[in-house]
Amino acid sequence: MPASFWGRVSFLLQEYWKSYLQGAGTTLLIALVATFVGVVIGLLVGILMTIPVEKNDNPVKKGVLKVVKAILYVYIEIFRGTPMMVQAMFIFYGALQYMNINMNMWFAAFFIVSINTGAYMSETVRGGILSIDPGQTEGAKAIGMTHFQTMNYIIMPQALRNIMPQIGNNLIINIKDTSVLSVISVTELFFVGKSVAGVYYTTFESFFIVSIMYLIMTITCARILRHMERKMDGNDNYDLATEDTLAHTSGMTNYIEKKKEEEEYR
Amino acid sequence: MAENENRTVSPASSGSHIIRVEHLSKSFGSHEVLKDINFNVDKGDVTCVIGSSGSGKSTLLRCINLLEEASSGHIYFNDADIMSRENNVHNYRAKVGMVFQHFNLFNNMTVLENCTIGVRKVLKKDDRYAKEIAEKFLEKVGMIPYINAKPAQLSGGQAQRVAIARALAMEPDVLLFDEPTSALDPEMVGEVLDVMRALAKEGLTMIIVTHEMAFARDVSSRVVFMDDGVIAEEGSPDVIFNNPKNPRTQEFLSRFMNK
Ligand SMILES: Nc1ncnc2c1ncn2[C@@H]1O[C@H](COP(=O)(O)OP(=O)(O)OP(=O)(O)O)[C@@H](O)[C@H]1O
Ligand SMILES: [Mg+2]
Repeated sequence: MPASFWGRVSFLLQEYWKSYLQGAGTTLLIALVATFVGVVIGLLVGILMTIPVEKNDNPVKKGVLKVVKAILYVYIEIFRGTPMMVQAMFIFYGALQYMNINMNMWFAAFFIVSINTGAYMSETVRGGILSIDPGQTEGAKAIGMTHFQTMNYIIMPQALRNIMPQIGNNLIINIKDTSVLSVISVTELFFVGKSVAGVYYTTFESFFIVSIMYLIMTITCARILRHMERKMDGNDNYDLATEDTLAHTSGMTNYIEKKKEEEEYR
Repeated sequence: MAENENRTVSPASSGSHIIRVEHLSKSFGSHEVLKDINFNVDKGDVTCVIGSSGSGKSTLLRCINLLEEASSGHIYFNDADIMSRENNVHNYRAKVGMVFQHFNLFNNMTVLENCTIGVRKVLKKDDRYAKEIAEKFLEKVGMIPYINAKPAQLSGGQAQRVAIARALAMEPDVLLFDEPTSALDPEMVGEVLDVMRALAKEGLTMIIVTHEMAFARDVSSRVVFMDDGVIAEEGSPDVIFNNPKNPRTQEFLSRFMNK
């Protein structure tokens, strides 16, 4: 075992690089999948929670909606209001002891992080929907769109763009928070770091490596998401379409020509 | 498709009004904003609604478009009660368009998409038809060069012209305007009013809430003066502007003309 700090670090890397990489891979996989599933849950719940109830809706619809909303509300409160580590213990060991379900560790990992992210995203999506100017809804209503069409074509595309930073935040939180899954022995990065540290009593060095790896993952993901946001925003400027050929200068598209091209294409 | 064919509005019996408002009242809480409103609109009419701020003009339009639920009374469209449960709100709104003070263009769509989305999704027409009709009306309002722009890139006057084209693309039977020029810089008011003038000339049935008195005098076939939730006076533009009977109308107009 080398004496210097950097010597020990490189020793651990030589011996255990495979384990570290596998741990990081597991962490990233759980974080990505769970964030994705969580966003899907959040979208569904957020959309359900914002369905308007109108006076002359039929009573059955009103009743069902009320019950569904109540259940979803409880779901959000419970999963936002307790630590994920506690949820992991509760669900994994609880299922084992009282329901005799020996949950696959991997299933438990994905399940717990997804459902937890879903609870947070539900509120984010709901906020995103409510933050869209009511004028957008009125404009859609005034041309005869249904609530579903309005959500689908007008509100959600805008809400989704607005909550992109929050989705990014959740991904980064998930990359870090999968570390709590070590309590149910999921071999993610934190678990690997701890195991390696235990072999040679090199806690400091091992967690130095682990920290760097977390940072690389979080910073890379943040970058990628930023890029996606910029892509969603599209062009800052538009091509002026003009029929006046004399006015046709660079940056403008000749409207008639474009139309002709499209016609030929058909 | 089925929902579209299931017309809930019966064809007009000949000679009847296209819109008939009877004993319409609307309260927000205990505040009665509209009180027993009665008026009719015939096909091809241009009805301008004037009146001071807070008199209930917007609320009246929003009730007619069912954006606001009236507290009591009836609104008939081609003799069908639009407030009855059987009425399909969406079909009705597709036939009675609305242009808003703040445009309410869809911010996530280009100018062209703003005008095609309703034709495609509400009227269920194919893309090609939607594009053709959208371009036809964008041309009419002079916004063809901007079909690829997003609403945020337009001036107020341009945005409002697109909003008018969006409403026209639905080929409505009636078009409602709620102060379409009130949010515009003075130099842009003209371009929007010109578009509306052209529509009036073509015989489109319109109900226009406006503070542009000269415009109202020019284009309307009838002027309705609202005061504190009631229709205080109505009549031809000539009568209302040159010979108002009601002292409230006289007072309102003199205040306006002297500004
Ligand atoms: N959603 C609402 N809740 C409570 N009160 C409202 C609501 N909308 C309008 N009102 C009230 O109803 C009255 C009439 O409003 P309305 O917007 O119809 O007036 P208006 O004639 O269009 O005025 P303006 O010329 O300023 O647009 C006002 O006193 C207003 O405060
Ligand atoms: Mg108003």
